[in-house]
Amino acid sequence: MGIISRGFRGRPRDEGVKLPPGQYLTHDFPVLSAGPTPRIPLDRWEFTIDTEAGHTHRWSWEQLLGLPAETPTVDLHCVTKWSKLGTAWKGVSLDVLMEDVETTAEYALVHSYGGYTTNLPVEDLLDGQAWITYQYDGEELAPAHGGPARLLVPHLYLWKSAKWVRGIRLLNDDWPGFWETAGYHNYGDPWREQRYQGD
Amino acid sequence: MNTRRLTWRAARLVGSRAETDAARTLVFKIPGWPGHLPGQHVDVRLTAEDGYSTQRSYSVASASDGDLVELTVQNVPGGEVSPYLAEVLEVGDEVEMRGPVGGWFVWRPTGVEPVLLVAGGSGIVPLMAMIRARRQAGSRTPFRLVYSVREPRQRFYAEELRRAGPGDAGLDVAYLYTRSAPDGWPRAAGRLMAADLGAHGWPAGLAPDCYVCGPTGFVETAADILLALGHDPRKIRTERFGPTGG
Amino acid sequence: MTRPIEDAYQDGNALAGPLREIFAVDVTAADGRCAGCGLAGPLASLRVYGPAPGWVARCPGCEEVVIRLVRGPDAAWLDMRGTVSLRIPLPADPQGTASP
Repeated sequence: MGIISRGFRGRPRDEGVKLPPGQYLTHDFPVLSAGPTPRIPLDRWEFTIDTEAGHTHRWSWEQLLGLPAETPTVDLHCVTKWSKLGTAWKGVSLDVLMEDVETTAEYALVHSYGGYTTNLPVEDLLDGQAWITYQYDGEELAPAHGGPARLLVPHLYLWKSAKWVRGIRLLNDDWPGFWETAGYHNYGDPWREQRYQGD
Repeated sequence: MNTRRLTWRAARLVGSRAETDAARTLVFKIPGWPGHLPGQHVDVRLTAEDGYSTQRSYSVASASDGDLVELTVQNVPGGEVSPYLAEVLEVGDEVEMRGPVGGWFVWRPTGVEPVLLVAGGSGIVPLMAMIRARRQAGSRTPFRLVYSVREPRQRFYAEELRRAGPGDAGLDVAYLYTRSAPDGWPRAAGRLMAADLGAHGWPAGLAPDCYVCGPTGFVETAADILLALGHDPRKIRTERFGPTGG
Repeated sequence: MTRPIEDAYQDGNALAGPLREIFAVDVTAADGRCAGCGLAGPLASLRVYGPAPGWVARCPGCEEVVIRLVRGPDAAWLDMRGTVSLRIPLPADPQGTASP
């Protein structure tokens, strides 16, 4: 531990709430980025699911908005240690999107406009655990927070909830993504504090 | 040249001076400090009692002086670190410091060409280190400083820049105010424009070394103007602070 | 890092400290060439995002990733595959290789 600086408190850290190990509660919504914010015109936006057999399922913006939507309220846990509780989203469950997708693939690689990628097991996308969201807190999802649409998979650290999501590739082999190939954990369970490779 | 890998060192506050209502210069003593070049910066790390820690980078404001390092910190409302450094830290308190770092945005007195310094707000800090190092070295390299700031009360080092001593012969300072200029000021308040660098900079034909420092938007604008005025891009060095000090 | 500021990048000077934990000399003055578009320049001129979850330095020409650096509690991960090579200025050593 470093030298303690007398009187330094840092951001308010609430002790009264149960958080995953090492996390601090925040009331704002920090924006962290690996690059410039992509701007995608909605008439060119699309979301695709590519199966391991080479089939592509595609949705335009209108088609996405026409699908049955849910309004999950979830807690967010960022690997940089902030947690934000009770965040309200609107989006389409991956259960709905995957309904007609024929696949036996175990792994998914999520890719975004701007080039970001992240990987997770297919089973972590299903059974009410993940959504393609387009509203946050009752408003259109802002570009800085991943708009027009981002993946939301709150049981894992927030870097898995890919902003500016463009599609998901279903794969027979695991394909580590942007942060997973730079030292971050391949799975990222906040409750087991899986931040870095080897944790 | 210091070629050991850098680690965090204890830095004790031994003095401070107010620069403006919201900014002060902090004087740290770091035993074993290897010295630094003007333009370099340090990383400052703060740790709270429960182990939470965070760090920020600050440009060194002073010329190299034994084991003393001066930083000038602007209090950014709502920030996590700057309010602590600008208001809470007292003489005797310690922080951790790593540095000096940065070998590119640096001025050495061995150059022959004139130097243009373009400062946006707190971007003046590393450029002031260059002015102070110039004085310390007895250099006669012609320096021009263009310092953009919201209004006169927000200037750092105002008194020192006004009191041009013999060590500052050949240093010209031009202020430009973006929000509110004094009565009778020849330039109306407004953001940096090509005419400002045309009037107060060096002609491109003199091939000056240009150093631009400040918030990202300011630096982009100033660098674009210098290129448009014909300056060689390889002679323009920039340091962007990012949008906030935090 | 609390206000959502868009496209908030710094320049490669911000990497001077983190890289100085790894390299024995300052590398921000080193010249590199982008493996994507071939643009050459000092590391200090890269567009740097971060520091969290990690440092990502992008080419000012084509915005492709040139360097990634993640600092964990007991290790740093450094990925420089976005540079072709680096020319790192070193002090001239008239005696041959000096001992560390």
